[in-house]
This record gives sequence, C-alpha cells and structure tokens, in this order.
Amino acid sequence: MKIKLSRKVKTDLTGYAFILPNLMGMLCFTLFPLIFSLFISFTDWEFTRGLGNWTFNYGKNYIEMWTDEWFLSSLKNTLVYALAVVPITIFLALVIAVILEKYCYAKVPMKLAIFMPYISNIVAVAIVWIMMYSPWGPFTLAVKALGWENPPAWLGDYDWALPAIIIMAIWSGVGYCVLIYSAAIQGLPQDVYEAADVDGANEMTKFFRITVPALTPTTFFLTITTLINSFQVFAPIQIMTRGGPGTSTTVLVYYMYTTAFTFYRMGYASAIAWILFLLLLVATLIQWRGQKKWVSYQ
Amino acid sequence: MKRKDKNPKAYYWVKKTLVRCFFTLIIAAIAVVMVIPFVWMLSASMKTAADVLKLPIKWIPEYFYPDNYIKVWNIGGKATVDYHFSIAYFNSLKIAFINLTGAVLTSTLAGYAFAKINFRGRNVVFLIYLATMMIPTQVTLIPRFVMFNSLDLMNGHLPLILPGLFTITGTFLMRQCFMQIPNELKEAAVIDGAGEFQIWAKIMVPVAKPSMASLAMIVFLWNWNNYLDPLVFLSDWRKYTIPVALTNFVEESLTEYNMIMAASASALIPVFIVFFIGNKFFVEGLTAGAVKG
Repeated sequence: MKIKLSRKVKTDLTGYAFILPNLMGMLCFTLFPLIFSLFISFTDWEFTRGLGNWTFNYGKNYIEMWTDEWFLSSLKNTLVYALAVVPITIFLALVIAVILEKYCYAKVPMKLAIFMPYISNIVAVAIVWIMMYSPWGPFTLAVKALGWENPPAWLGDYDWALPAIIIMAIWSGVGYCVLIYSAAIQGLPQDVYEAADVDGANEMTKFFRITVPALTPTTFFLTITTLINSFQVFAPIQIMTRGGPGTSTTVLVYYMYTTAFTFYRMGYASAIAWILFLLLLVATLIQWRGQKKWVSYQ
Repeated sequence: MKRKDKNPKAYYWVKKTLVRCFFTLIIAAIAVVMVIPFVWMLSASMKTAADVLKLPIKWIPEYFYPDNYIKVWNIGGKATVDYHFSIAYFNSLKIAFINLTGAVLTSTLAGYAFAKINFRGRNVVFLIYLATMMIPTQVTLIPRFVMFNSLDLMNGHLPLILPGLFTITGTFLMRQCFMQIPNELKEAAVIDGAGEFQIWAKIMVPVAKPSMASLAMIVFLWNWNNYLDPLVFLSDWRKYTIPVALTNFVEESLTEYNMIMAASASALIPVFIVFFIGNKFFVEGLTAGAVKG
C-alpha cells in the first residue's frame, strides 16, 4: 500500500525530520529539566531520601530564603560583582577598542594579547591569579611598587576578597568586549567622520558625538551578555575563595552548588536556581525596555 | 608659495604620528598587563620551588628546569605521584571533539530547516528556541544530575556528551548563516529534482563551511573550559577532564607552586595554539551574532 502525501505534508515532515535531533535534545536537556526544576523548587526534597520521596511545601523555600543569611549574602555579592564588572569592563573595552582601531600601530598583535585571557581556561586563570595575589606574586609586588606599603592579603581579607575577584574578572573579560567593539567600529560608515572633519570637529567631539552613539547597539548587546555571564559567576569563586572569608564572596551559583551537592537539599537549591533565572529575566527585561532611551538604530 | 602650502601638511603628519605613537604606547602597556600573568606562569613553571619565591622576580629563569613538566605529565613513569594528566587531557579532547562534531551537525541540520524549509509551526518552534536561550544551565543542572543518576550514568562521560550534542545558540547561528544564502540557489536544485537532504548536503553545507568552522571553535572552547558540569558529574580521576584534574592537582600539591604553574601552562597552551591557527574563524564566530543584531 502506498500512501500519497500531499506536497505540504511532505514539506512538514522533512522540516521536522531536519530539526528532530536538535528538538529532542532541547526537550530532554533543557525544557524537561526546566519544568522538573520548577517542580522540585516547590518541594522539600532531599536527594538522600530518593526519587519520589518529596512533599509539596507551598513555596516555603522561596519564603525561607529571605531569612537565610547565606542566601542574602550570596544575592548581595552577586549583585555587587555584576554591577562592578559590567560597567567597568564595557567602559574600558570601548576606550581600548576606539584607540586600537583609530589611533594605534600594530593592531593585530595588540588585539591578540588583549584577547588571550578570554580564551584561557578559567580554572587555570583562577589558579594563576591565586598566585598573583600571594605576597610574592606580581600583583602584590606591583601594588607595593606603586607605594602601598602594606597591601591586604587580598583573597584572605574579608573586605578585599570580592574586589580581588572582580579585578580578575575584568582582566579576563575585557578582551571579548574589545573584540566585539572592534568589529563594530570597522563597520561604521566613514562618511560621517569625513563630514565632521570638514566641519572642523576635534577628536573628542567625534568620539562623543559620533562613535559612542553609533556604537550603542553594540553596547546594548554587550551589557546584556556580560551581565548574564556575571550573574552566573562560579568557577573563580569555587577555586579562589570557596565563598570565604566568612560570607564575603559567596555568590548565587556557588551557594546553589553547595546546597545541592554538599548538603543535597535539592528543593531549596532549585529555588535558588530559579531566583537566579528570575534575576536574569528581570535584568534583561529592564534593559530591553530601557533601550529606547539610549540605543540608536540607524 | 609652495613651501607655505606644504608646511601645514607636514605639521599635521608629524602631529598625527606623535599622537599615534603615544596611544600605541598606552595600548601596549595594557597588552603587557594582559599578558604578564601568562609570562609569569611560564617562567615560574620552569623554576625550582624555592626560586619561585625569590624576589625580585626573575622573568627569565636563570636555567631551564623542565622537571616540573616531566613530573606533571609523569614522563618516563618515574614521578612519585602520578597526577594522570595525560588521561585528563585525552578525556577533555575526546569530549570536546565528540561534542563539536555532534553540535555542528545538529545545529546545521536544524538551522537549515529554520531558514529554508517552510514547514508548518516553524515560527512557533523557533520562538520556543529563542526563549530557551535565556535559560541558564545552572537551572537545569539539578534535574540533569537526578536524571543521569537514575539512569546510572554518573561518573562517566555521557552526562557531559549527551547534552553537549545540541546547542541552541549554535542553531541560531547556523540559521543566521543560511538566511543569507539566496533562495535561488535552492530553487535551481529543486528544478533539477534534488531532495531536501541532497540540497542540504551538496549545496548548503559547502557554502556554510566558514560558519560551521566558527561554531566548531566556539563549541570546542565551551567544552574545554566547562567546569561546573564535570565537577558535578565526575568523581573518579580516570574520568576527569582538564579543569577538574587541574583543581584536584592544586589541592594535592598546594605548596609546589612551580608544579601548579606547569600544570596550568599545560592546560592553556593547546588552546592558544588552536586559537592562533583558527583565529579568523574564531573571531567571526564570536562577532557574528553580536554585530549584525
């Protein structure tokens, strides 16, 4: 028996056949886990009790966390980290990229050097920076050479551990932003600059009146992506400080990780993960709404 | 008359060159700051343990001391402690290559369908794809752990490989790439009687090769640098990937800074080599989604 398929149905079938492998992967490893995670976050499930031995606790996890000192510190540190890393990284990258593309010799080797930290394995980078921050490491020595006689023990100091990690994060993240800005600058139309030259505009005016506004879509993209990445910071914290000293460097993902895989409190850990997700959504939404005010698409 | 005309031009040229030299120096200083940790790592990895602590820092070691690397890699099998670095290396490479092959294949198939096949429900499915791009992998980590645990796949490489075969970002990237290929190319093949799969394999994939190479490089980097997943899923040194092996190494040899530096350098150098060779594709892959959007 031969079934004759209409052309339309045939197109549908080939279409779904093409996306099938990908779709299955997405359903198994993203959508299903997402729903499962939301479900567990409303239970008191502990992993050691085994699959199925959970009771629904009506959002108790989401209420309890606001009196949990560790969670509150994690949330605060995550926000401080992101709000420090994102603007500084993007501002530095913008300035470096503009200078690099417009007023600099030997562009390519410079770009490669600036980009190196970004492609480096974050674990190796974090390890090297632990050594950099040690009393005989180049960072401490450089700070001393600049006149700070008794620098703190960076990663061992309650007040300086988070800033130390922030410095490392900026160092390792700025290359990516420079790269994206460079590509965008190369795509800018030259006639606007020529017109500005005819009008006798100086370099500063050109930077603030032409380059910065023309790059706002790129800035918007970078703000969103670096913010999302910053909220998810984990490896440097786990390797360099383990959240310490005290609660000074715990962040959401690290707290989620210890709650889930050291204490096996899967329900509570899932709730923390969802708070992270909501944080990302809200941050993206705010920027999406706000983009009309400062992003100019031509 | 002529001299007067020429002078401002020469003055302008000199000024421009001076400004450029000044800014080049600033950028060079930044570049040095970016590279110094790596230089220090390399130099410390070739010193004896005592020399690492000596001040002032000798950037170029007085003598080359390759023992650290020999110990880390256990070359000749004479090391007192075997850190099994070569096994971790092999594991990392294995996972990265399987995942990049799989991810590029599934993304190219799906990206083509989303761009060029007009099936019903396409836009809805694609919208769901876009929405899931926002989901952080940390949210799905616990369910994945529970899933793989009940399937008895823990402490193997499948929990890292199976989800790694699919990437939503990659699908998105490949769709972007196929959207730019003119429809006429496909229509001509349809007239010749080619099926969709033939068109995909014989016409579209060759055109999309640069984008596929970019995607492959990015997927390689993701896998090579992935830390949280292997940390959760692997508990046996035979299965460790480089990042986990590295932190494990640090915990075991906390005071031997020269050895730690040699281990770190061993983890970094291959990526640098891949990057310098594939620099062009790499940069294109990273900027593709960013600049056009």
